[in-house]
Amino acid sequence: MRALKFLLQKELRQIFRDPSIFFILFIMPMIQLMVLPLAADYEIKNINLGVVNHDHSGYSRKLINKIVSSGYFRLKDYSSTFSQALRGIELDKTDLVLEIPAQFERKLVKENESTILVAANAINGVKAGLGSAYIQGIIGDFNQDVRMQWIQAPRFNPQPTIDVEYSDWYNPDMNYRDFMVPGILVMLVTMIGSSFASNNIVREKEMGTIEQINVSPIKKTQFILGKLIPFWMLALAVLTVGLFIARIFYGIVPLGHYLTIYVFASIYLLAILGLGLLMSTYAQTQQQSMLVSFFVTMVFNLLSGLYTPIESMPQWAQIITRLNPVSYFIEVMRMVVLKGSGLADIKYQILALLGFAVFFNGWAIVNYKKRS
Amino acid sequence: MIGEKVISAEKLTKRFGDFTAVDHITFDVVKGEIFGFLGANGAGKTTAMRMLCGLSLPTLGSAMVAGFDVYRQNELIKKNIGYMSQKFSLYEDLTIRENIRFYAGIYGLTDDKIKEKSNLLINRLNLAGQEKSLVRSLPLGWRQKLAFLIAIVHDPAIVFLDEPTGGVDPITRREFWELIYDASSKGITVFVTTHYMDEAEYCHRVSIMVDGRIDALDSPANLMKEYASSSMDGVFLQLARKALRMSD
Repeated sequence: MRALKFLLQKELRQIFRDPSIFFILFIMPMIQLMVLPLAADYEIKNINLGVVNHDHSGYSRKLINKIVSSGYFRLKDYSSTFSQALRGIELDKTDLVLEIPAQFERKLVKENESTILVAANAINGVKAGLGSAYIQGIIGDFNQDVRMQWIQAPRFNPQPTIDVEYSDWYNPDMNYRDFMVPGILVMLVTMIGSSFASNNIVREKEMGTIEQINVSPIKKTQFILGKLIPFWMLALAVLTVGLFIARIFYGIVPLGHYLTIYVFASIYLLAILGLGLLMSTYAQTQQQSMLVSFFVTMVFNLLSGLYTPIESMPQWAQIITRLNPVSYFIEVMRMVVLKGSGLADIKYQILALLGFAVFFNGWAIVNYKKRS
Repeated sequence: MIGEKVISAEKLTKRFGDFTAVDHITFDVVKGEIFGFLGANGAGKTTAMRMLCGLSLPTLGSAMVAGFDVYRQNELIKKNIGYMSQKFSLYEDLTIRENIRFYAGIYGLTDDKIKEKSNLLINRLNLAGQEKSLVRSLPLGWRQKLAFLIAIVHDPAIVFLDEPTGGVDPITRREFWELIYDASSKGITVFVTTHYMDEAEYCHRVSIMVDGRIDALDSPANLMKEYASSSMDGVFLQLARKALRMSD
């Protein structure tokens, strides 16, 4: 095991002699964590609204006022015909058109019912769906207001109504950042770890130094460990910087213990780095390994539940996410940060990741051949 | 030459698919000898050398290196040999001293021994004062000399050198050969491939490979006599021209 000491010493020297290390350790986490969470916000605001008001009554104006003052919509266009308003959608000026028919108020008062039309640009399905839902909510509210004003409340309401009261657990303010930042941090650690690991052995192949290692009595396990441990330390350092930024800039303090995060991250990194090293043992050039690791991390990230809930993925995709180490870490990160889960709550994930770690590293050691 | 055999190959063969890179070569190398391994590009020198070093598994035949079998005891062979490949193989982003320390360390030298060897080596190359500069900044000739001394830092029984002086100027080549003689006089067997025929004449014995076979093996003087040539150049040309295989 003495050889391992020299391997580690050499690897660490090389890592810290590389001028880009400062960028990777500090600048990359800062940029990712300070910019991405602001952009990756799923709450839809600033929906551009076009209005066609054929009614010009007090009620129709009240309704429009109520919609605009909700904060989700911006009144962008006032057209006199529906086709004109549709033109606004075509030109991308508006996302949603609200048409209030003539005699809206009159019908409402006389016949106790009235209709309005909402047309949405569904190119961005999420925006269209959420926009329509918001407007529905606001109109429902408006409905209630009208009823209160016009219909004398009877002593008891003949129509039973069920009101839903919401109580948002674990993220009571429904703050998107609290949800995204831990996930983005996982992505960051994963990217840095896997690209370092996947490039490294290939670099030695390209430089020709691997030959010198292969002709020495170094054991394969020592060699792989000599690569694994330094990157493991490096990635944990990035995680530390990231957690620090999350705390300073977003005030995110995990409800659970930092220790829980580190224990899990340590095991997780063994798996991810093992995968990187495995790719490295197959690739012949740095270009190959970079492309492959880029592809793998991309698939892993998209199928990790970072952006889209795993529960709403098709069955086959859900199975893939179970084979994806990243999804476990994102899950655990959110559990620990938002729910305050402890080691006992994540034992299943820990076991799964231990499995991945043994599998990938074992495969890397087997596939790394000192003799061809 | 009579002495203890440190390398003995018997019908050693390596095939890559249909292609026979090394074709039943048989030879012995004795302790302390400087053995030149000549051949045109593509003749199979590097492949043969890689088999002897335990980097490549032979297809056929047998070989013992430093008393160990190349099939089963390749990791034991590695403890007892030094190797300097065609490609430059020191870490360019480490300093001279760090490179020495690393290679000495992975061969299991103690800290005291590493220190002693490092100082010896740096003085031998007149690099005192520069030991903290990166290997990247050294001129090629210096790097090759350094790589050689690092390849024998653990006092191996045999050192394998694959075209160690390619691209090096004549003065530095001469200095390099002084280092080789030094090593040989300490009992280290030197197995060297080269394309420089003047260097071939420095060897105790040379073998000439043509199309994966060893077509000639003797001392340079005997070979020149046998092929009625005044230089190794002439011997080499007569043999290498018979090659059917394309050189690269």
